Amino acid sequence: MLFKLSLSNIRKSLRDYAIYFFTLIIGVSIFYVFNAIGGQAAMMKVTESRYDIIQLLSTSLSGVSVFVAGVLGLLIVYASRFLIKRRSKEFALYMMLGMGKGKISAILLVETLLIGIGSLLVGLLAGIGLSQLMSALVANLFEADMTAYRFSISGEAIGKTILYFAVMYLVVMLFNSAVVTRMKLIDLLHSEKKSEQVRLKNPLLCIIIFLLSAAALAYAYYQVGWNAGALTQQKALICIGMGIVSTFFVFWSVSGMFLRIIMSVRNVYHKGLNSFTFRQISSKVNTMVFSMTVICLMLFVTICALCSSFSVRNSLNSNLKEFCAADCELNATQIITDENDRVQYICHDAEELFAASGLSLTDHFREYVHFASYADPAFTMRTVLGDTIEEAMQLAPLLRYDDPREIVSVSDYNAVCKLYGKDTVTLSSDEYILLCNYKNQQNLFNKVLADKPDMTVFGKTLHARYDCCQDGFIDIGAQAMNLGVFIVPDDAVDPACKAIDYVIGNYQAETEEEISAVRTDLKAWCETAQQTWQDAHPGEEIIIAFNTKADIYESAISLGAIVTFLGLYIGLVFLIACGAILSLKELSESVDSIGRYEMLRKIGAEERDLSASLFRQTGLFFLLPLILACIHSVFGLRFASTVLESIGTQQVGASMTATVIIILLIYGGYFLITYFCSKGIVKERK
Amino acid sequence: MEQILRIENIEKYYGSKSSLTKAIDDISFTVQKGEFTAIMGASGSGKTTLLNCISTIDRVTAGHIFLEDTDITALKGKVLNQFRREKLGFIFQDFNLLDTLTAYENIALALSIQKKPAKEIDEAVKHVAEQLGITEVLGKYPYQMSGGQKQRVASARAIVTEPKIVLADEPTGALDSKAAKMLLERFRYLNTEHGATIMMVTHDSFTASYAGRVIFIKDGKIFHEITRGEDSRKQFFDKIIDVVTLLGGDMSDAL
Repeated sequence: MLFKLSLSNIRKSLRDYAIYFFTLIIGVSIFYVFNAIGGQAAMMKVTESRYDIIQLLSTSLSGVSVFVAGVLGLLIVYASRFLIKRRSKEFALYMMLGMGKGKISAILLVETLLIGIGSLLVGLLAGIGLSQLMSALVANLFEADMTAYRFSISGEAIGKTILYFAVMYLVVMLFNSAVVTRMKLIDLLHSEKKSEQVRLKNPLLCIIIFLLSAAALAYAYYQVGWNAGALTQQKALICIGMGIVSTFFVFWSVSGMFLRIIMSVRNVYHKGLNSFTFRQISSKVNTMVFSMTVICLMLFVTICALCSSFSVRNSLNSNLKEFCAADCELNATQIITDENDRVQYICHDAEELFAASGLSLTDHFREYVHFASYADPAFTMRTVLGDTIEEAMQLAPLLRYDDPREIVSVSDYNAVCKLYGKDTVTLSSDEYILLCNYKNQQNLFNKVLADKPDMTVFGKTLHARYDCCQDGFIDIGAQAMNLGVFIVPDDAVDPACKAIDYVIGNYQAETEEEISAVRTDLKAWCETAQQTWQDAHPGEEIIIAFNTKADIYESAISLGAIVTFLGLYIGLVFLIACGAILSLKELSESVDSIGRYEMLRKIGAEERDLSASLFRQTGLFFLLPLILACIHSVFGLRFASTVLESIGTQQVGASMTATVIIILLIYGGYFLITYFCSKGIVKERK
Repeated sequence: MEQILRIENIEKYYGSKSSLTKAIDDISFTVQKGEFTAIMGASGSGKTTLLNCISTIDRVTAGHIFLEDTDITALKGKVLNQFRREKLGFIFQDFNLLDTLTAYENIALALSIQKKPAKEIDEAVKHVAEQLGITEVLGKYPYQMSGGQKQRVASARAIVTEPKIVLADEPTGALDSKAAKMLLERFRYLNTEHGATIMMVTHDSFTASYAGRVIFIKDGKIFHEITRGEDSRKQFFDKIIDVVTLLGGDMSDAL
């Protein structure tokens, strides 16, 4: 009997449940898809190191899953509370007929169970289907071979999804029973009779609050967008706090203010159904300032997460091609820190180090350059920056200002350029060039170089060739990370002051296997050479750093993949949460407004005008948080791009497009479903 | 006098063949311009169905209803909506005001739906508010008003468009006696001073006594009809009571 009642209840309130069910299905399938990635990737043909990365990826995705489960759990509790509220009259009837609260709880329990099981089943099926698509993305990100791939179902992910959602539904059930035990018959009976109390806020207060919030937002925007260098953690938290509070007050004030403005334009306000439309919107916004704030902030996080994760991945890939221009790089040096915490280098010739172990380093190279950089203890960041040091220390307090700067002779640098296939530079005998491509550092240097100051290197005075930093680098890497290297004429360096020994080259190898073999060989040799030296010089430490293109690619790809997946995961979940909350609220508003539409129809409003009014209401309701979120995002992304400077934020356009498409699809989808459902709800009944 | 409404042999059936309910069973009458008509009957007599058919909210099963020269039973879709908003004014028992709008906006809405310019709207609203004595509540929301005020606002909304006929369904049903009396006085004022044609459905003899003509309906048929003529309201009220007594026990609650 109970079961039958529950089932027919669900069928009857399918209209209300549709969005809920739809959201649960999407939630379940997303949850499955992201948790199944690990298992899927494992089936692809990837190198061992990439396999480790995939392990790391699935670990981080499971970590985030806990958070995602929390968000989805809150959403489900919100939605179910909402649906219970909608059914007050039905429960009142049960209670009047003498049904105990325990029985009502039981009905709800059965309903939750039915919906839970249904959504889990459908969601998992959808998830399994979607995850096959996802595997194409995984393969693309890991540059894996898809030929070995076949249709897969991850039992582990299914188990995990069921477990997490079972817990969520359990919480909902407990919550529902708590709500039921607190229900009072009189409240239930009158719940629908309560007519809305429209309280127009004081317009002056609204304007003042709005201006204050706008000013606070502008301040926070300025702090994160233009003054990011000086942003301490505490200050950043204050800015975020200000942003949240201001967002709340913007929504609080905007509905009243917006309505007042429209009302003052009589020709617009008293045109067709406009007065009705604007009042509806304003009352909706008024009653859910808090939800609007949460939705706006979630959208903001979504936009930023999607956009920056895509652009990080895009720029990682394009950066790799540019900055990882040789197969490998080997550095050998000894770093000693003196009593003043200053760094001193003792250079060791790499080829000699290897020869000591009976190894011939250069045998493995098809082409290579071998040189050393120089350091003048009297030529430090402090001396370079001169008067601007105060400013620099404020912007970048953690920089080591007293360590010597690296100096490379022009012929050595040109040799590197030739190896990388880049243009060489020319330098007169009394000139220097500052090479730097790391944005923040560039800014510091360019202030100094603007006056083309003379620099004294190893006692020789050199003039600046250019009035700004030149783009260029010596180390291979994944990004523009050259913090500044001075290129000086060959005769300006003191051969006794060598700092770091460099060997940069391309392998004597063609196929993938050969390259891999050479790499493994060289890695082993480095360890042997280091050991040999260490044995001969006990108590001292030498650094033989060996960096290969393959390693750089691995880490860049893994970073890109992890960032992309996390961004997508959080972004998608937040989007459906936002869409669902707005949608549920709007649908229930529509149910409450049936009478209003009936009345408008009775006094002769056109069906077309009513639909247009509904469209505007729904549209503005969805648009309002999105607009503010977009404004937030402009500055949020600006901040993100400063933070991600080192990784590079190129191809923002493409990332933006991808983000917009995802938001349009999901958020727009929710909007359309909501609009058409609302239209069905307020449709004329005959 | 000019004839404004002509009802010809209308019938309205509910239900299927096996259980047929005749809500209206062959009713015909006419209403002249400037008449204040009350339709009386017990619950279930078909009076509200009759009003719904005239107001085009419901459709007749057979027969015709002519407003001026238009057969409104033949109207559909857009033309029907246009007809409804230009020719008819409605007053409902439960006021049916939009709770999100102020009194002023509720009244103005009827005009703005007709796409009247804002300037005209303002004048018309203020004018009609004066007639119904609600000028001071124009800025208030329905929840801030008394029942009587709400019903007068609803009445203002009904007549602001200058309809051919105002249709009222139990307008005093949700009002206390004092508010009911005040509203009816206003109706009579609108009727006598402004020549408004009003048709109202009620089961309350006191309310009906304010009309100039009362049509009694029983089981979907016209049972009796009386006109006030030169009688005072009190005398007319007594006459109505006589008919109600005749109508039988089920109307006794209306006394």
